[in-house]
Amino acid sequence: MHRFANPTAFMRIANAIFPWAAGLATVLFVIGLPVALVTSPPDYQQGDSVRLFYVHVPSAWISMLVYGSLALSSAAFLIWRHPMASVSARAIAPVGAIFTALALVTGALWGRPMWGAYWVWDARLTSELLLLFIYLGYIAIADAFEDPERGDKAAAVLGVVGSVNLPIIHFSVEWWNTLHQPSIIKMDGFTVDGSILLPLFLMLGAFTCYAVAIWILRLRSELLAVKLRNARMSEVNLASAAAE
Amino acid sequence: MTRKRRRMYFLLLGLAGVGAGVALALSAFQDSIVFFRSPTEVVEGKVATGQRLQIGGLVEAGSVVKDGQNVSFAVTDMAHTVKVKYTGLLPDLFREGQGVVAEGKMEHGVFMASTILAKHDENYMPKEVADALKKSGHWQEGGVPAPPGQEGGVQAPPHQDGGVQAPPGQEGAGQSAPGK
Repeated sequence: MHRFANPTAFMRIANAIFPWAAGLATVLFVIGLPVALVTSPPDYQQGDSVRLFYVHVPSAWISMLVYGSLALSSAAFLIWRHPMASVSARAIAPVGAIFTALALVTGALWGRPMWGAYWVWDARLTSELLLLFIYLGYIAIADAFEDPERGDKAAAVLGVVGSVNLPIIHFSVEWWNTLHQPSIIKMDGFTVDGSILLPLFLMLGAFTCYAVAIWILRLRSELLAVKLRNARMSEVNLASAAAE
Repeated sequence: MTRKRRRMYFLLLGLAGVGAGVALALSAFQDSIVFFRSPTEVVEGKVATGQRLQIGGLVEAGSVVKDGQNVSFAVTDMAHTVKVKYTGLLPDLFREGQGVVAEGKMEHGVFMASTILAKHDENYMPKEVADALKKSGHWQEGGVPAPPGQEGGVQAPPHQDGGVQAPPGQEGAGQSAPGK
């Protein structure tokens, strides 16, 4: 993995992945959206409200997948001081925050007609809200310092510590009584009929490929920002050297 | 030991420490994290009366009596039952045999609810599949919400043939709630 610490080597691989991720995301959305939103059957209890499920579950999945990658990048940065690791974590954080917000909003829109409440303070909802705050905290801390490297370090510590929340989100519906339904994945399969599971998997794939593609786009712009900052710094240094 | 290795151990140790701290805090606050109490807990007096709380369970079949906006029904966890009175609009998913969470107060043995929330289970299927299951006799109406304090309770898979209802309130039993 040390091979990827070099931004050029890292971006060579990322740039090779990009067209595949973007292309696959497009294909899966083109197939998945009509299936999820139009042709799949309504649920026997929820009716058409079940279609929120195809946005809600993938958003929640991405919110946690992205946090996992952010926490691993943060750890790699703290241990090996790989500069690419913090660039990666900075690039992915807003993506995770937006998908977390999307999961919360779609959940609330579903909750009002189904449960009778937009929001309740049960363990699942509260821990997912906490995830949003951790993301926002990460973004704020990373940019809070004059010296971006100090920001990298402080944010990486938060990034690693925040990973404690991931198992809490996942197991909250098993450890405590919640209003949120338990996981649809059981020891012997899924509690969801195949006709509803298919669009869910299409959307899970689409969201995942989309997140990867966006991450690579943001990696490029983060690296450009670093280059720009360095160029400005050397310009300032040159100017002050000339003035002396 | 290299500096990198030392940093890695330090990080792992730190994470383990934070994890242990959070786990202790969460288990200490176990009682306030659960979203609702079961009728068994209420009947056995584990919950102080006169205090606002949420109770959850299934709407007992045949117990719903509607008189305009006044509704009364019974919440059950198959072991004990609590009578609930409520005035207001009910959520769409409220029906007999379905999970429900009521917020309110115990008054003279009746739970006076101010809010009713429907609890949806993890089973999703088209109407035709539900009808087919009902027809073939594989339908199992009603799941019991896991009694609190049962850590790591495994939810039983839905539509078990002649599913065995685990008696609720069995502390530490591996199986908690037969899914609906």
